[in-house]
Amino acid sequence: MEIKTEDYSVVYDNNSDMIVCEGSLLLNSSAEYAPILDLFNTAADKQAKLLTLDVRKLEFLNSSGINTFTKFVVNVRKKQVLQLTAIGYGEIPWQVRFLKNLQRLMPALVLKLE
Amino acid sequence: METQIFGHFIEDLSENMEYLKIGMLPNCLSVKQSWRANGLSAEFIANYVQTFFVGQPKNTNAPIPIQSKQAVKYIANELLENAMKFNDGTSQRFIEISFKLYNDKLIFHVTHDINPKNVEKLKFFLHQIINEDPHDLYFNRMEENATSDDKGSGLGILSMVCDYSAKIGWKFQIPKHAAPVTLTTMVCLNI
Repeated sequence: MEIKTEDYSVVYDNNSDMIVCEGSLLLNSSAEYAPILDLFNTAADKQAKLLTLDVRKLEFLNSSGINTFTKFVVNVRKKQVLQLTAIGYGEIPWQVRFLKNLQRLMPALVLKLE
Repeated sequence: METQIFGHFIEDLSENMEYLKIGMLPNCLSVKQSWRANGLSAEFIANYVQTFFVGQPKNTNAPIPIQSKQAVKYIANELLENAMKFNDGTSQRFIEISFKLYNDKLIFHVTHDINPKNVEKLKFFLHQIINEDPHDLYFNRMEENATSDDKGSGLGILSMVCDYSAKIGWKFQIPKHAAPVTLTTMVCLNI
C-alpha cells in the first residue's frame, strides 16, 4: 500500500513490516489526513506482532499531521499485542521530540534514534 | 476601540532588529491554494531567518531549538494555518505575518480579523493555556483528539509552548460598532 504525491510519500510494505514516511506533510485538517491514517491503521490490522514506523526522511509535519500519528499510536496502544517501533534521526531535534511525545502516549513504543 | 490582552504579549521592542512582513488577502485564492501559500510563505520566512542564524551560538534550552529551518517553518506555518482557519471570511483585511529578529529572541506577530463565532471559544482556550499546566493540557488534548475530531483543538499552539518553549500572547481589538474583531497573536522564541 502506498500514497505518493510530489510533496510526500507514505508506503507500507508487509514484507519488511514497515511504514516509511518521506517528504513534507502539510495537509489541511484530519479530513485530508484520513487516507494516511487509514493506511496506518490497515498496516496495524495486518501485522500480527511487529510494525516499524520510519520517519527518518520525513522533513516536515504540521500539527494536523502530528495529530494523525497520535491517533495511530493510540489505536495501536489499544491492541496491546502489536510491538510498534519508531525510527528517526537522533540529530534532528524535531524528530526526537515528536517520537518521544508519541512514546509518552504509548510507553511500550520502542524508539530507535540513529 | 477596546483592547484586550491575554498571555505574554509584547508589542513594541527596542530597535536593532531584522524585520519582514508578508500580507495575504485570503479571499483571492481557493482554500487549497491558500493552504499551499501558507507552506510556501513559512518556507520563505524560514530560509530568510536561517541566514541570520549561521554561525550564531544557541542560547536556549528548548526541546526543539529555533535555529533549524524546520523549527521556524513550523512556527510560521502553524500561525498562518490558524489565521486561515479562524479568519473572518467577510473581512477584506490582509492576513499579515511579520517577524522581528533581535540578538536574543525571534518574535512573530500574526494579525487578522476573527470570525465572531470563534472569539469566545478562543478566549476559553486562552484561559486554559494560561491557567493550567500546558504540558498536561497538550497530552490531554492528544488523547482527546485520538477519539474525536475538533477543528481548532489548539494542538499547534500547545506544541509551540511545549516543544519550542515559545511564549505566546494575544491581543483582541474590539470595535465599538458592529465591525470585525481583529486578533494579533504573538510568539516569542529565545534564540
